Amino acid sequence: MRMPARTSQLTQAPGAGADAVVVDGLVKRFGRTTALDGVSFSVRAGELFGFIGPDGGGKTTLLRILTTLLVPTAGTAHVLGQDVVKGLWTLRPRIGYMPGRFSLYPDLSVEENLRFFASVFGTSVEREYEQIAPIYTQIEAFKDRRAAALSGGMKQKLALCCALVHRPEILFLDEPTTGVDAVSRREFWDLLDQLKATRLTIVVSTPYMDEAKRCDRVALVQRGRLLALDTPGAITASFDRPLLAVHADNRYRALLALRDYPGTHTIYPFGAVLHYTDQRRDAAVDQIAGELKTFLETRGFRDVRADRIPATIEDSFMAFMGAPEEDRRTGAA
Amino acid sequence: MTGELAIEARDLTRVFGAFTAVNHITFDVRVGEVFGFLGANGAGKTTALRMLIGLLAPTSGSARVAGHDVFSQSEAIKPDIGYMSQRFSLYEDLTVRENIALYGGIYGLTNREIRERTERMLGRLGFDRAANDLVRALPLGWRQKLAFSVALLHQPRIVFLDEPTSGVDPITRRQFWELIYEAAASGTTVLVTTHYMDEAEYCDRISIMVAGQIGAMGTPSDLKRQFGTESIDELFVQLARPDAAGAAGASTHAK
Repeated sequence: MRMPARTSQLTQAPGAGADAVVVDGLVKRFGRTTALDGVSFSVRAGELFGFIGPDGGGKTTLLRILTTLLVPTAGTAHVLGQDVVKGLWTLRPRIGYMPGRFSLYPDLSVEENLRFFASVFGTSVEREYEQIAPIYTQIEAFKDRRAAALSGGMKQKLALCCALVHRPEILFLDEPTTGVDAVSRREFWDLLDQLKATRLTIVVSTPYMDEAKRCDRVALVQRGRLLALDTPGAITASFDRPLLAVHADNRYRALLALRDYPGTHTIYPFGAVLHYTDQRRDAAVDQIAGELKTFLETRGFRDVRADRIPATIEDSFMAFMGAPEEDRRTGAA
Repeated sequence: MTGELAIEARDLTRVFGAFTAVNHITFDVRVGEVFGFLGANGAGKTTALRMLIGLLAPTSGSARVAGHDVFSQSEAIKPDIGYMSQRFSLYEDLTVRENIALYGGIYGLTNREIRERTERMLGRLGFDRAANDLVRALPLGWRQKLAFSVALLHQPRIVFLDEPTSGVDPITRRQFWELIYEAAASGTTVLVTTHYMDEAEYCDRISIMVAGQIGAMGTPSDLKRQFGTESIDELFVQLARPDAAGAAGASTHAK
């Protein structure tokens, strides 16, 4: 399946460089709640950029500001070179937005929904068919079915078609894979890869840490702040302590035992194993592993193993969450 | 035979019109086990779960939950099980303490039991200071931990958790799993559904439903060995999309 190539108007804008999104000191308050607490970053044209973090971190607020649906309390945001507040009306037709909640008309059919969204943007399904065909052909067999009666995966694809039907230059997706099973999630990311190949800029949010690896760069978001921003590889590579996977016959009891172990900096359950970091930042891994093994074996644990492993995005996220406030933010690009 | 088993399902089946949502599933869950109940959207998980908690009558087959038959004793199941759903578990307009008292009352605990268990729960969760806060004002992770503890308030023998950790931060997610381990270590059986495939590896055993049937069942490590995969995620993809190696567009079987 191949998508039509797109010509980017972006890179031609003088002085704008190749940034599709530039955000500086963005703050959003709702009453006493601070949803965004001074966020700065930029997204390059053609990039697949991910906001990764738990619910309530500010991801939706951020996307709603970037899509001109909310006005920030302070700070500025530019999308495609336009200020999102002042340039609202010129910007809207140039951006595509797939909100987190299913926001199509449940009583309209698949085809009616698509026609509606095309007409709102002054175009037609026929004129844009080539643009949406790679995705639309997957659901076209159900074009007369009411949107409410679609499966989760099909709803997602229809929503994506509706967000793309006016040929946007940048696409924002708010948690498109939340609540969707692991296989459908994978398939949706494959679609995003195909869209990226057409040079579309894509900004996506997700609570699933493992999806970070599908992005060019990610920002880790927690409580209205960016904990880190970089390529997924650079973020995990910056994990600054040796990380060990500890295996023992009873992982829950081993977890409790290691809470009281003097060397423990952090100890977390991680599937079948425990992830351990040591107080001593620079101690040799072999020594740490040997001491851990001895500690657990003298307490009666069996099948004890301790192996050095590379950090995952989730390990990094937890390390940033636990770090002192001033250390949390790495250099945003 | 029920002595060691918390759940026994035999050829459990549910048909809706022409659609067989759950198709002759047979499995056991042992007392004190943490059992992961996985499956793609539309594979029949929710229907199976609703039969096991006595909310939906099976079309055929049988199941015993905490020793009670799901056909003839569906009411008797309820005091013996706890249930926590991802969507709705607590009343947001009530305080932490009021929610606990409400659930205690519904399950027929005495005022004294409610009082004692409330204090114990608040202490253990470290929620003493938030006891009189509205649930609406609590961070999501706290709410989920509280909902789990409330589901255990009447000391059920089995607790059913339906996507309990969706959207919570990774540290809270792990604290939640510690609560699960703690409950299991004290003899409570836990059946949990999740879309986080890495979480499957926290379970003692898992089953993966595919199109109404159990496609695979066993310990995570045995299953990975059996299917020759590195992770449960890979195994899940193999099972749910046997013919389409990652190709998009096959997700149409979901109703």
